[in-house]
Amino acid sequence: MIRSLLTSLVLALALLTTQALAVTPDEVLDDPALESRARALSAELRCMVCQNQSIDDSDAPLAKDLRVLVRERLVAGDSDGEVIDYLVSRYGEFVLLKPRFAWHTIFLWAAGPVALLAGLLAITLALRSRSKRNELLTAPSSAKLSAEEEERLKKLLDRDENA
Amino acid sequence: MIVELGHYALVLAFALTLVQCVLPLWGALSGDERLMAIAPPASVTTFVLVLISFVVLTIAYLNSDFSVLNVLQNSHSAKPLLYKFTGVWGNHEGSMLLWILILVFFGALVGLFGGNLPKDLKAATLAVQAWVSAGFILFLLATSNPFTRVVNPPLEGADLNPILQDIGLAIHPPLLYVGYVGFSITFSFAVAALILGRTDAAWARWVRPWTLLAWCFLTLGIAMGSYWAYYELGWGGWWFWDPVENASFMPWLAGTALLHSAIVMEKREALKVWTVLLAIFTFSLSLLGTFLVRSGVLTSVHAFATDPARGVFILGLLCFFIGGSLALYAWRAPMLKQGGLFAPISREGGLVLNNLFLTAACAAVLVGTLYPLALDAVTGEKISVGAPFFNLTFGPLMIPLLLAVPFGPILSWKRGDLLAASQRLYAAFGLALLFTLVTFWAWGMEKVLAPLGVGLAVWVMAGAVSEIVTRVKAFEIGPKRAFSRLVGLPGSAWGTATAHFGVGVTVLGIVTASAFQEEHIVTMRPGDTVQLAGYEVTFDGAAPRRGPNYTEEVGHFTIRQAGALVTELDPSKRIYTARQMPTTEAGIHTIGFSQLYLSMGESRGDGAIDVRVYFKPLITLIWIGCVIMSFGAVFSMADRRLRIGAPKPAARRKTAQAAPAE
Repeated sequence: MIRSLLTSLVLALALLTTQALAVTPDEVLDDPALESRARALSAELRCMVCQNQSIDDSDAPLAKDLRVLVRERLVAGDSDGEVIDYLVSRYGEFVLLKPRFAWHTIFLWAAGPVALLAGLLAITLALRSRSKRNELLTAPSSAKLSAEEEERLKKLLDRDENA
Repeated sequence: MIVELGHYALVLAFALTLVQCVLPLWGALSGDERLMAIAPPASVTTFVLVLISFVVLTIAYLNSDFSVLNVLQNSHSAKPLLYKFTGVWGNHEGSMLLWILILVFFGALVGLFGGNLPKDLKAATLAVQAWVSAGFILFLLATSNPFTRVVNPPLEGADLNPILQDIGLAIHPPLLYVGYVGFSITFSFAVAALILGRTDAAWARWVRPWTLLAWCFLTLGIAMGSYWAYYELGWGGWWFWDPVENASFMPWLAGTALLHSAIVMEKREALKVWTVLLAIFTFSLSLLGTFLVRSGVLTSVHAFATDPARGVFILGLLCFFIGGSLALYAWRAPMLKQGGLFAPISREGGLVLNNLFLTAACAAVLVGTLYPLALDAVTGEKISVGAPFFNLTFGPLMIPLLLAVPFGPILSWKRGDLLAASQRLYAAFGLALLFTLVTFWAWGMEKVLAPLGVGLAVWVMAGAVSEIVTRVKAFEIGPKRAFSRLVGLPGSAWGTATAHFGVGVTVLGIVTASAFQEEHIVTMRPGDTVQLAGYEVTFDGAAPRRGPNYTEEVGHFTIRQAGALVTELDPSKRIYTARQMPTTEAGIHTIGFSQLYLSMGESRGDGAIDVRVYFKPLITLIWIGCVIMSFGAVFSMADRRLRIGAPKPAARRKTAQAAPAE
């Protein structure tokens, strides 16, 4: 544990001076199943010193530390949830790129669906009031159309259709 | 001296916009034609003045005049000529000047070519446009003057941010700004309609081409920005749901909705009130984007050096324009007449559905972008909202929309027949199903969503093709007559089909590139080979090289397929000398629509180097789809029935004959 922390520290110092890729070959775990879990987790964790990057994408030393940490926890046998909980307990909720569903994020998560439902409601109400108004306006007169008027109406509608 | 001339021209332009704010509007409200007539020449002159000041700043950059603070901070004498030129808008002050130049350019266009608009509408529109121009020119003069001088100029400048030293800077911001700012015209039209209390036929006919124009450029601008990030940032991502990307994406979503509601308004005189509101929203979102990028409330690749005074100033402008226009809307919108009735299942109904989903998606993105800021301000809690959140909330809203896309253009106006429309889409549905099954067969059940995504993309593309087939009645009247119908199809029909096809192409690219990407992260020594997607990638070695204002380490890779040479790639790592800032230049090889993407990392001593190799299947379709979409907009604009302004009655009759009865 101490040795791996030391190596990651050395690597972090090295990274400060040269630019590197996000995930480096030496980080990659031998077990492909664990590695793919690590990658999936990394994509949901924020590199906290970066500009809106996940630790999977970031070159920053801190991101590397976190990637190494995530892999260590996974190797130690943590579940995905436990890894996330551990990181949140250490770094706060800021580390999550996908905020948890809780009271303080309820508006965030609800925004899309609520906007959709509100829009649906507004459209339904508008259509209903519109069709009522339409009935009132057209009911008495439409009965009185003469054959000639019907013919003219049909022509007009046809022209409209082609416009 | 010439620099002061540019500054002076800008101040003069400000004074002129103040005149243009007040007098033409007064004229429009009191019916005084002489006052109204001030607007067109004033708008053209403002444009000329801002152009002068822009040219002056450009000259300062080309001459590397380091006595100008802006040039000193953002340029370097050794910078290649192209980047000296594009560097003009590679910083806050210069890009704001470009923003304003485009704003007044659109004003001048209305002034010059708006001859067939009702006089009062034209005067009011130009007055509103001048309000916006005046606000932003004042912002530039008061808080971010690009012409500030330095007393004792040093010999060398601080150079342009290396990430920006790319052909992308020549293309991305101008395209994006034409898009962003283009929506100012629809905004000005909408506000003018509210001020005058009416939306007449000319108004309806003007809104759509302007929206199309702005939308076309915004689409290209976003696509270009995405491709630039993809090849420049070095980890092969193409969309990051970065707040600043969202800032350009929200006007795009709202603008797309506006485009569709403007069709209903133009053809059926319905949804006028909603279209006015949407026009206000779209430009408000553009302004919000400007605020987010320039105020410093967000940190991102795009954030310019910021100071709080600027943020407060833009926030003030934002509140004034958004608040003012919405208040005006609340007051005047009830005066606008509602027209055109329609049944829920109809072309109009389909377009309303489109608006519903696009606005809901836009709301989700807006809340996701602003929520962390708001939560921090209210409770002090810090949370992050990133790509996983947006994929989860935005994605599901797009699926029903994409499913509905092929139905829209096939339904008839006023009252449609869903069953008849479905029958016309049998072929498209069959094709989509076929592709879904083939993808399942090829990839197995391990990725369940990807084949469905492929099916969805094929459904949208095939739906667009069947719209054209349906329109020309290809299977009913024989190939010869069908061909003549095909040629005679109005531009807007081609536009719709092309743009929808483009949407399908982009979706296909997104699905395949995300789901079927292959990736290798390895440390390679000279002579090492990795296998990826049937290609052998051999690392031949790396060597240092010197550029005009950077040094780089260039790797040499040979790509072979079954032993035969495919290509050679030279990705590199650069250090820009003036700022000591590193960048990565990816090595990209395009194979069909797919790409092989090589990016170099840390050197490990004795010639070994970390390498990331990707195979990104069909990834170029993402951007090709966007280009196809913008072609759709061009076709639609070319429709003679949409020629800017109200056509004369005679011309109208002729068009009616040109478009054969259906």
